[in-house]
Amino acid sequence: MATKKIKIAVLSGKGGTGKTFLSVNLASVTQNSVYIDCDVEEPNGHLFFKPQNLQTENVTVKVPFVDPARCTGCRKCVEFCKFNALAYIQGKWMLFDEICHSCGGCVLFCPEKALTEKNRIIGSVQKGVSEDITVMSGILKIGESSGIPIINKLLHMAQDMDENIFIDCPPGSACIVMESIKDADYCLLVAEPTLFGMHNLKLVYELISLFKKPHGVVLNKCIEAVNPSEEFCKAKKIRILAKIPFDKKLGELNSNALIVSRENMEYAQLFSALWQKIAEEVHNEAAFDSKR
Amino acid sequence: MKQLLILSGKGGTGKTTIASALIKLAKAKMYADCDVDAPNLHLLMNKNTNPLCSEYYGMPKAVIDSGLCLRCDVCRQNCRFEAISLKENYLVDTYSCEGCGVCEALCPVSAISLKLNVAGELMLYKDESIFSTACLKMGSGNSGKLVSEVKKQLLLNKVDTDIVIVDGSPGIGCPVIASLSGANMVLIVAEPSLSGINDMERIIKTAKQFDSKVAVCINKYDTNIANSNKIEAFCEDSSIPFLGKIPFDNKAVIAINHNLSVVDVDCAAGRAIKSLFEKALEILP
Repeated sequence: MATKKIKIAVLSGKGGTGKTFLSVNLASVTQNSVYIDCDVEEPNGHLFFKPQNLQTENVTVKVPFVDPARCTGCRKCVEFCKFNALAYIQGKWMLFDEICHSCGGCVLFCPEKALTEKNRIIGSVQKGVSEDITVMSGILKIGESSGIPIINKLLHMAQDMDENIFIDCPPGSACIVMESIKDADYCLLVAEPTLFGMHNLKLVYELISLFKKPHGVVLNKCIEAVNPSEEFCKAKKIRILAKIPFDKKLGELNSNALIVSRENMEYAQLFSALWQKIAEEVHNEAAFDSKR
Repeated sequence: MKQLLILSGKGGTGKTTIASALIKLAKAKMYADCDVDAPNLHLLMNKNTNPLCSEYYGMPKAVIDSGLCLRCDVCRQNCRFEAISLKENYLVDTYSCEGCGVCEALCPVSAISLKLNVAGELMLYKDESIFSTACLKMGSGNSGKLVSEVKKQLLLNKVDTDIVIVDGSPGIGCPVIASLSGANMVLIVAEPSLSGINDMERIIKTAKQFDSKVAVCINKYDTNIANSNKIEAFCEDSSIPFLGKIPFDNKAVIAINHNLSVVDVDCAAGRAIKSLFEKALEILP
């Protein structure tokens, strides 16, 4: 029997710790894998993979619009909208579309049936290939406030893909991150060796603890000094899967959007070993679960 | 009183490091941390006083009274956020619920009500200076609203100061857009990587869409000189004020791990920030 494919979410709390670096390189050393960039506000994975045969699809949300001939100005919709996205001013119905959450309430409760819905574009998803890797990215349109529908679209597209999937999450620990990790089999946390890094690792660790997901930490950019993030992991007994040293050459390759595991054998081995560790842990966990 | 907002698009380029240094250099009496998803500025400000804490209410969440529920399924069918599921009883997933109230209004037996929901905590430090910050509860949404609350709390406690420094959050979405209002200038901290350049361009476009004046500086410029030159050239071509470049400096990391700002120790990064601060003062509208 073929081994079950794994869905891994790479996250960090703090920005710039190396989520994209890690997920891009892990995907690269895993055959036929899928890389999904859920950092839709600032997607960067495509800069590394430079995917070919790009297919782009718009992501839309539903927003109401009015038939002025039917609207009697009763303001039922304005009163109902909990997000204050609607107004009726000087005989005119108005929508502030960036604030609309697309709940559909205004349309449901309009007594005159004066409201219907139309699609509004908030961004796009792109799918392409880079060598044997499927690369998917979400891109939020400038000025839009929420990328959650784009993330949901990406995850939906990936649902039927029977390959190992690497999800590059947005920074933070808000709802947008939760959407990205909901279906993951494993959470890989990346942390920097600073007080900031440790503080944000703590926040994101609390988040994944809430979901009771199997997890491990990679300490990135390690220097010869006290590492507050490492101390945190030891105190909490969180498994440290790898320590990646701060390395000027590595930094340079990465800053030029090159995939280090494709450029350098040593790093290819490091990431292969890391992938092995994660895969073993997930499969052990699954075996353990099936015995329970 | 002028408000300087620090943003970056990409995370981890050094917003908080630079914001904390600017607060010290400007002797700012008012400042705020708007990165409510992952606040860090308080780690460097060494406040001895306890903050005044208050609860932040996000959108309310639907609660179903299973004793009254008729199991008609109308709520589940009409929830756009797929927040309602049927197990033994009808249940609301509070993380998915956005508090729109559609289920409450549709329920034929009024078994559903919207309940207040604490989505974070606001903190206000008041001593010789005013420092407003907050932390969003994990997995909560609507961080833009909390950012607005952080700024409101700061401005309600006005003291005499020339400059207000606001540390922003990464990205270009709702918390960033919320932080833009009222800023006289946005200082963008860029990083000399292709990712950093891509993200810088997106945050500049975002700020300009909301008519904010922007200026750029580069952090860790010497980790990739060629890319740093590209950023400088980009700023020149787009007529964006370029305020300076800060070298990679191990001493900066060590200072931060000792809860110090980079200008509290003598180091190259600190000196570079001093010079960019002077330039920022000259052009702050």
